[in-house]
Amino acid sequence: MVESKQQWKAWVYLAPAIVLLLVFTVWPIINTVRMAFLENYSGLKAAGGMVFEFGFGNFEKVVNYRRFVSCLKNTVLLCLWTVPISTFLALLIAVALNAIKPLQKVLQTIFFLPYVTNSIAIGMVFAAMFNIVGSFYGTENEIIVTAGIINNVIEFFGGKPVNWINYGSSYAANMFVMVVYIVWNALPFKILVLLGGLQSINKQYYDAAKVDSTPKRRIFTHITVPLLSPMLAYVIITGFIGGFKEYTSVVGIFGENMGPPNDAGRLNTMVGFIYDALSTNQQGRASAAALILFGIILVVTMINLQVSKKRVHY
Amino acid sequence: MAKEIVTMHAKDMRMVTGRQRIGRVMYHTGVYLFLLVMAGIVLFPFYWMVISSLKSLAEYRLSRPTFFPKVILLSNYVDAFTTANLGRLFLNTMYVGIVSTILSLIITILTAFAFARLEFKGKETLFACLLGTMMIPGELFTITNYSTVTNLGWINTYTVLIVPFLVSVFYIYLLRQNFLQIPNELYLAAKVDGTSDFKYLWKVMVPLALPTLISITILKMMGAWNSYIWPRLVANDEAHRMITNGLRNAFTETSGDVNYPVQMAAVALVSAPLFLVFIFLRKYIMSGVSRSGIKG
Repeated sequence: MVESKQQWKAWVYLAPAIVLLLVFTVWPIINTVRMAFLENYSGLKAAGGMVFEFGFGNFEKVVNYRRFVSCLKNTVLLCLWTVPISTFLALLIAVALNAIKPLQKVLQTIFFLPYVTNSIAIGMVFAAMFNIVGSFYGTENEIIVTAGIINNVIEFFGGKPVNWINYGSSYAANMFVMVVYIVWNALPFKILVLLGGLQSINKQYYDAAKVDSTPKRRIFTHITVPLLSPMLAYVIITGFIGGFKEYTSVVGIFGENMGPPNDAGRLNTMVGFIYDALSTNQQGRASAAALILFGIILVVTMINLQVSKKRVHY
Repeated sequence: MAKEIVTMHAKDMRMVTGRQRIGRVMYHTGVYLFLLVMAGIVLFPFYWMVISSLKSLAEYRLSRPTFFPKVILLSNYVDAFTTANLGRLFLNTMYVGIVSTILSLIITILTAFAFARLEFKGKETLFACLLGTMMIPGELFTITNYSTVTNLGWINTYTVLIVPFLVSVFYIYLLRQNFLQIPNELYLAAKVDGTSDFKYLWKVMVPLALPTLISITILKMMGAWNSYIWPRLVANDEAHRMITNGLRNAFTETSGDVNYPVQMAAVALVSAPLFLVFIFLRKYIMSGVSRSGIKG
């Protein structure tokens, strides 16, 4: 009697969450899989009473789509550049922060600042820094009035200014800007986690190393990194997951054009592809692309976990 | 002879410690130098944003950039506020942020309480299923949710910005962990005294879990402030537009001939509330973030 009352009460507490989850989480999982396997599914046509056949057509079309391949390439490249660079830099900064006493709190706060920003808004600041202010927007004969601050700095050191994001800029230059921005954005979280990990390492290991007068580099590679490896694995895995869902940072820098004015969509990502398909009412393709993205994230995470099983000291 | 050895040894030691001291000073200088340079790089975009927002367009375009505005032009901020219609965007975003935070907190508290204290069939399985959904990328839900809200007639309403994201499995998980740390004896004692579950939850558990609840509140508000993709899809009309979308729409061009001072002023205005929250509530943000790894 009492137990059944408890049962009943628990479900009352759970009811709001369960209802919302059923509508906005469980149903979408089922429906997205369903739409992915219905040939050329479109919400608009479905509302008009059209019936779709079952098949793998959506996946085939998506994979053979040139646009999709370029989106996939951009996303993978961004991941492969930004995750190692940001992890390495964050590790250096965290170790350095952990080695000092005065100013530690102030510097820690400064390094966390990029986290509390709007990635679209600050993307616009980066665009301003890399832009060449031309007076004829979007045409071949842009007259350079002044190079952006980054080019000013390059010229100051005797280099040649680079066309980073404007009309006719190269893919490599575009990617470079994206990598810089994403790394800048990814640092705070990684530093926070790694520093937390460093501060929880038992001081005895370092005392023992000191007694043996172990050189600093050896301490770093033989004590700090192994003991920090669970945290490193964590930031690398979340880094890859975040990297595969990259989208708004590109919008921040290039706008919804997703590329320089002469080549719209050049820097589009997987998520961008999904939204493009969705906003043109091709839910079947969007679903197929979303499932592919999910599959990739799952595989990459599994690989990461396998590698860390061998490498990580728990 | 023995004495000689001792003094020689002492001399050696002094030399070693001297060299070590120099080494240590060098090491520390290097560490500080590295940190300060990196901090400079991290801060530079913010600095550039603020000084650019105060320059006149003519000064911004000087081929030799100035690192402090010659004339401080606050009118850029007024221009930015009116061009992007920031007032309306602020209000929309605050409304969505506040309502969704309150509702989300209530749902999270009730659910976390059920998972932490109440007994029911299938509790562990259900919780495991919830955690499982965290692995799925949000885009997978969005595709269907877009059709769902269209069918419900929610396009271009506040509801569409609030309801689909009220339940966050991560927040439920966070709060449940916190609730579990509260000793069960407290609950049993309250039961003996005849306190109802509901009263116990609000009078004892919620106050004890306040730091976690504050973290959730801040992250949720930041999420509303930074949301871009979903609002663009479902509520991009004048009346319901959110701040990030408004900012992006008002300044579509990022390269080429752009009035950057005004654009930077708008960016600074949008960033300012986030910084204020950060300055006053740093502790809560950092503790929430280190456990999530997700923005917003």
